[in-house]
Amino acid sequence: MDEITSVFVTESREQLEAMEAALLQLEDNPDDADILGAVFRAAHTIKGGAGVIECGFLVAFTHVVESALDKLRNGEITANADLIALLLACSDHMGHLIGVLESGTAAPGGDLQTDGDALLARLQRDWLSADAVGAAAAPAPKAEPVLSSGGGAVETDCWHISLRFGPDVLKNGMDPLSFLRYLTTLGRIERIETLADAMPAAEEMDPEACYLGFEISFSSDADKAAIERVFDFVRDECALYILPPRSRLADYMQLMAALPEDSMRLGEILVRVGALTQAELDEGLRTQSAGTEPDAAGEPHPAAPLGEILVEQHVVQPELVEAAVVKQKQVSDKKAADARLIRIQADKLDRLIDLVGELVIAGASVNLLASRAGQADLTEATSIVSRLVESIRDSALQLRMVQIGETFGRFNRVVRDVSKELGKDIELVITGGETELDKSVVEKIGDPLMHLVRNAIDHGIEPPEVRAARGKPPRGRLALNAFHDSGSIVIEIVDDGGGLNRDKITRKAVERGLIASGQSLSDNEIYGLIFEPGFSTADRVSNLSGRGVGMDVVKRNIQSLRGRVEVSSTEGEGTRFSIRLPLTLAIIDGFLVGAGAASYVIPLDTVVECMELQAVTTERNYLNLRGEVLPFIRLRNLFEIDGERPRRENVVVVRAAGQKAGIVVDQLLGEFQTVIKPLGHLFRNLRGIGGSTILGSGEVALILDVQALAQLAAKGEETSLSHNQTGRNSLAN
Amino acid sequence: MSKKKNVAQRLAIIEDMTIYNAATQKQALVEALAACDELELDLSTVGEIDTAGFQLLVLVKREAARLGKQAHIVAHSPAVSEVVDFFNMAAHFGDPILVPAQEAR
Repeated sequence: MDEITSVFVTESREQLEAMEAALLQLEDNPDDADILGAVFRAAHTIKGGAGVIECGFLVAFTHVVESALDKLRNGEITANADLIALLLACSDHMGHLIGVLESGTAAPGGDLQTDGDALLARLQRDWLSADAVGAAAAPAPKAEPVLSSGGGAVETDCWHISLRFGPDVLKNGMDPLSFLRYLTTLGRIERIETLADAMPAAEEMDPEACYLGFEISFSSDADKAAIERVFDFVRDECALYILPPRSRLADYMQLMAALPEDSMRLGEILVRVGALTQAELDEGLRTQSAGTEPDAAGEPHPAAPLGEILVEQHVVQPELVEAAVVKQKQVSDKKAADARLIRIQADKLDRLIDLVGELVIAGASVNLLASRAGQADLTEATSIVSRLVESIRDSALQLRMVQIGETFGRFNRVVRDVSKELGKDIELVITGGETELDKSVVEKIGDPLMHLVRNAIDHGIEPPEVRAARGKPPRGRLALNAFHDSGSIVIEIVDDGGGLNRDKITRKAVERGLIASGQSLSDNEIYGLIFEPGFSTADRVSNLSGRGVGMDVVKRNIQSLRGRVEVSSTEGEGTRFSIRLPLTLAIIDGFLVGAGAASYVIPLDTVVECMELQAVTTERNYLNLRGEVLPFIRLRNLFEIDGERPRRENVVVVRAAGQKAGIVVDQLLGEFQTVIKPLGHLFRNLRGIGGSTILGSGEVALILDVQALAQLAAKGEETSLSHNQTGRNSLAN
Repeated sequence: MSKKKNVAQRLAIIEDMTIYNAATQKQALVEALAACDELELDLSTVGEIDTAGFQLLVLVKREAARLGKQAHIVAHSPAVSEVVDFFNMAAHFGDPILVPAQEAR
């Protein structure tokens, strides 16, 4: 796939998303002209782009959709649920067609083609057939008060199009040939004359500049705006004059005056193209030279804005010109917005991040050497370098940050479709869409989110009758929310449905032997059971969910992102899933600690404080932190490090997901920027270790998975203190 | 390219005649035309041609006419003849376009 096509594919997908979003809005506000405009623009842009890259099947399909939208915009038809559903289906189909283009296939396969035809047939039958030809309203010059002067209308019933491309068109990646080929989708080029008069002699000719102009006789049912739209992309760079069929002879004269070539030559060309007959030309030239003598001297007229002239002479309806002006403005607005954004290949960015990672490691090594050398100047210099490296790292990571709103936005459609299918009425409330997180995380969180959302719609929220019977508003509510919390992002999926049934889960779990009957478990532990493989409490299996596959996959996916998922629920009132994810997967600020001979890294944003471990009187693994019970875990015990404990041990107090715990280590070694290197497959099931990193000295240090450690500490205390209710309650928060 | 004059020189263009190659091809065409009186262009292997490539053909034709020389396209690839046709320049160029038998219908 060449570059233009791939750019087109990316941009069209964006346009499609915009179109879908606008269509969904339209469902609630069917009369909103702005939203309609947005839908229309999206479809139109896709069609235009498809024309440029000569993707015929996409043009053909989108064209009909656009016609329907045009009618909608003009108020000829009004939007209702049927039409919007149909248009949504069309936008899906356009997505498939873009997929076909992306895969490099020449035409959509049989099934897809049939689907497309069926959609078009529905559009035609239900919405377009009202007044026959869908494609376009009648040609422009029909009822407007055309003042006939200076000769009658000329005989031809073709449009006449004069085109002079600007020199930079080719350099800007647009090929006049493509536009002309696209023009043929609107009608037939009866005759075309190519003018290369603007091309200078060989020495001065710039092979990458465009010197061509065209006089085209074009037969088509399309209206003037539609023909103009063909050239939207080069609008600023070409001179375009369109004369409708049966224009006045004077208009042709006007045209000839406006074009750079001299009148005689143009006249001949117009005759050749078939726009004028020789007799008409003669008459025209005669009147012209009678009026404006200097023209005959071949002095080219300054290119007068033809639009104005035409309006003055009542040839074109003013609104037509106005529409063109508005469109031009929109195009330039869009260009301005585009100029602020750079499209960049994701792998280039990844490469940059990799390099920055290596830089961080190398920088750490330099720091180490400098501090060993003990030279003040060197230390100072390296500290400046490391500050800069830190800034580079932050900006590089910032490049990858994207807002989660786009991901959330996709669920509008899902919620709409699924709730319709199930006969439920559900409102989706999205908050915190501006929260940013790493692109790679965003990409991977889509599937788990989708699953949770579908689950909430299918199992969580009750049908309207049931809701009414339970005294709830019949319209269910599903909320997606995101926010930042101490170095991680939290994504919440909250529904106001029936909630999880504690007893039912316990019963099922006992049935499946996951827990022993009579075992007393906290709410959190019980709700956690739904993430066990094969666990389902659904009484019936729907085609959406309930098979018991999925929640375990959700959990695994989230864990593979170094995140975790929690569920809380109140029976009868709803369920809240919260997913906690690290902001980025690549680099973290770490806190380096030592235990035995090895070093370990604790993510800095989880560290609350450090202190010396007071002489412990009991063998209990908890301590009194200003009156609070703090469970702790000894790294030496955890990793079975032999050797004498140092005289003084230190505690690093960490907090993860609302849980506080202490990690007892030998030494505190200070802050350290860390590039996370994933552990190999062999260590996949290790608990308590999140990855590894390379220290400045070249040694490997393990990165501790604080969440797992904090849980481990709490759990250890919980089991050993299970008889002690006070201890337990303060830990179970 | 030989420097012998008065003999028809044949120049075959193998690469795509697109804007990416336009600068080098222009150079080649102008030089070839300068070196002989009659230039024969073999475009039978040109896989792709765009407006920039087409302009070069116009240029070489016009230069030849200006210098009183001849420039013929002796072989068209399907892409070339399609574009020349599309721009309605076949008559203007005046080169015989061979239509392969299987395509003639």
